[in-house]
Amino acid sequence: MSVLDDLFAGCREEGRSALVGYLPAGYPDLPTSLEAIRTLADAGADIIEVGVPYTDPLMDGPVVERAASTALRSGFRLTDVFTVVAAARDAGAVPVVMTYWNPVLRYGVDRFAQDLADAGGAGLITPDLIPDEAGAWRAAAEEQDLAPVFLVAPSSTDARLRSTTQACRGFVYVASTMGVTGVRDAVGSDAERLVGRTRAVTDLPLCVGLGVSTGDQAAEVAGFADGVIVGSALVRALGGPDGLGALRRLTEELAAGVRRA
Amino acid sequence: MTTTQQVGDRFGDFGGRYVPEALVAALDELDAARTEAMADPDFLAELDRLQRDYTGRPSPLTEVPRFAAHAGGPRIFLKREDLNHTGSHKINNVLGQALLAVRMGKRRVIAETGAGQHGVATATAAALMGLECTVYMGQVDTERQALNVARMRLLGAEVVAVPTGSGTLKDAINEAMRDWVTHVGHTHYLLGTVTGPHPFPTMVRDFHAVIGQEARKQLDDVVGGLPDAVCACVGGGSNAIGIFHAFRDEPSVALWGFEAGGDGIETGRHAARFSAGEPGVLHGASTYVLQDADGQTLETHSVSAGLDYPSIGPEHAFLHDSGLARYAPVTDREAMDAFSLLCRTEGIIPAIESAHALAGALRIGPELGEGAVVLINLSGRGDKDVDTAARWFGLVDDEGQAHVDGEAGPDVDEGGDA
Ligand SMILES: Cc1ncc(COP(=O)(O)O)c(C=O)c1O
Repeated sequence: MSVLDDLFAGCREEGRSALVGYLPAGYPDLPTSLEAIRTLADAGADIIEVGVPYTDPLMDGPVVERAASTALRSGFRLTDVFTVVAAARDAGAVPVVMTYWNPVLRYGVDRFAQDLADAGGAGLITPDLIPDEAGAWRAAAEEQDLAPVFLVAPSSTDARLRSTTQACRGFVYVASTMGVTGVRDAVGSDAERLVGRTRAVTDLPLCVGLGVSTGDQAAEVAGFADGVIVGSALVRALGGPDGLGALRRLTEELAAGVRRA
Repeated sequence: MTTTQQVGDRFGDFGGRYVPEALVAALDELDAARTEAMADPDFLAELDRLQRDYTGRPSPLTEVPRFAAHAGGPRIFLKREDLNHTGSHKINNVLGQALLAVRMGKRRVIAETGAGQHGVATATAAALMGLECTVYMGQVDTERQALNVARMRLLGAEVVAVPTGSGTLKDAINEAMRDWVTHVGHTHYLLGTVTGPHPFPTMVRDFHAVIGQEARKQLDDVVGGLPDAVCACVGGGSNAIGIFHAFRDEPSVALWGFEAGGDGIETGRHAARFSAGEPGVLHGASTYVLQDADGQTLETHSVSAGLDYPSIGPEHAFLHDSGLARYAPVTDREAMDAFSLLCRTEGIIPAIESAHALAGALRIGPELGEGAVVLINLSGRGDKDVDTAARWFGLVDDEGQAHVDGEAGPDVDEGGDA
């Protein structure tokens, strides 16, 4: 059993959903980013999605896009992601990396998998890599016992829901709305429908992302999903005044939310 | 036997679909629609009619002997895509995709644009077919191609300036992709070149293949044979693939693509993917990408907005690696010199993009020598570039005021001593 399987089993025993928190590595700079990761873990994130800042993040809205630019301007280098992953693991969370594909391709797929596993990473979420193109990565993941996590979307056909979830390990990333990352006022009704359709084809835990920003929304999503993914709202908190304090308060609110469902 | 080596959605190792899952259904829908349409006589007849009555096809083939006198021997022929309605080759692909959008029941089209030519063509087709239209354009490009921004708005399109990243074509594509993934239900992304996820590279090539088909026949009528070399500029690569395609299986025809060499490869300020790029993934395709050691996309530079792009269509990556076509960089200066030469020898003001192909032909001409025949794709006209060129050649001052060669006045004696 992988650490992700253990984690979701534990949450199930506690009768709650997991909180998955996203932050870009190196944002706003590497030392603050390491502090932020520890804060996130300490305040109740079960899984930490460590983002790789990238010049062309076409699945991301303005909040994450700007954070990526800031991190790159502060001198982020790809190997920093392993430092951040190790910090997340040492702080007691389960780290997974979220990255656009080109940085991994350039680094070398096998080498990236090896270094991610060595740093204590549990898996990789790939927003612009679908299983159809992921042969090399799936082989490397298997070799290193890492979880490949692919996305499903409201537009996915039932056949694709089946083939995509079959390629996933650890959990499935359920992108609840059509669109890019960003805070939304309402978590669309699409989310619950898509979770239902996905449940019909897989036993893997389903984590729902895109748009959650408050404890109430987290509680709502936790009512039908195994994990609640929060990204832009955390990035925005960290980027505001008293960033680390705001990050802690929001994470605590969200952690309470996933326990309230 | 064809040398296309296209298997499914790949050209050799290149191509594919590196996209968010949310777009897969739309790409499948598009692939099915274009496959069906290209086998439907009614669709093809409608496209033919528009190309003839609206675009003005076939575009002429013009021999340019006074220009060729500077090229070391060969006869040179220009395929006049500059004379198409809207002023460039871009309209060929746009009319095809706009018809498809209508056929798929989409009510809105979006597009990215660099030089503005693809945006203008898309705005034009949207007006013609009653579609809503939004065009994304890098902030830097909206400034250097201001005339085309105005043209798009006159045609009823919404133009959105994209300030992120380098403020050029690649950032406009990112923004268009974000729009598409959000509105994919009723919106078609009318991508303007032969890159992106499958089926775009194949579909866009097929809509531009008419360039080479016409030119091959026109040239045969004049010289009774094939050209020795075919030259095109390569941004994303659509005008080049469009003219190459008809000659792909002719080993005697050298295919030459000319990329933006900017200030020179050694300066790092250029967009020469095959000189300094590495295989990678950008904007949905596996292809050559100008990138750093961490796989971050590098900023590019070119005097020409339409060639200022860090990646290139995947079929070109395949043609390059297999040696079926050759590619070389042309600097800003070489391109502007060729631009000026064509203006003054032939009375044709080319797009600065196309001037890269002209400069390339001047370079390879002497090797080909006397009696050889060179075909150049003149992909667009230079109206949009008059401001850039006037500044380059010092014809205007910093405020854009024109300099004149002399001042004519009333022919009277100024002296008072008559
Ligand atoms: C006149 C002209 N030629 C060439 C290009 C480059 O595009 P492509 O390489 O797709 O032909 C452009 C793009 O804007 C253009 O406007």
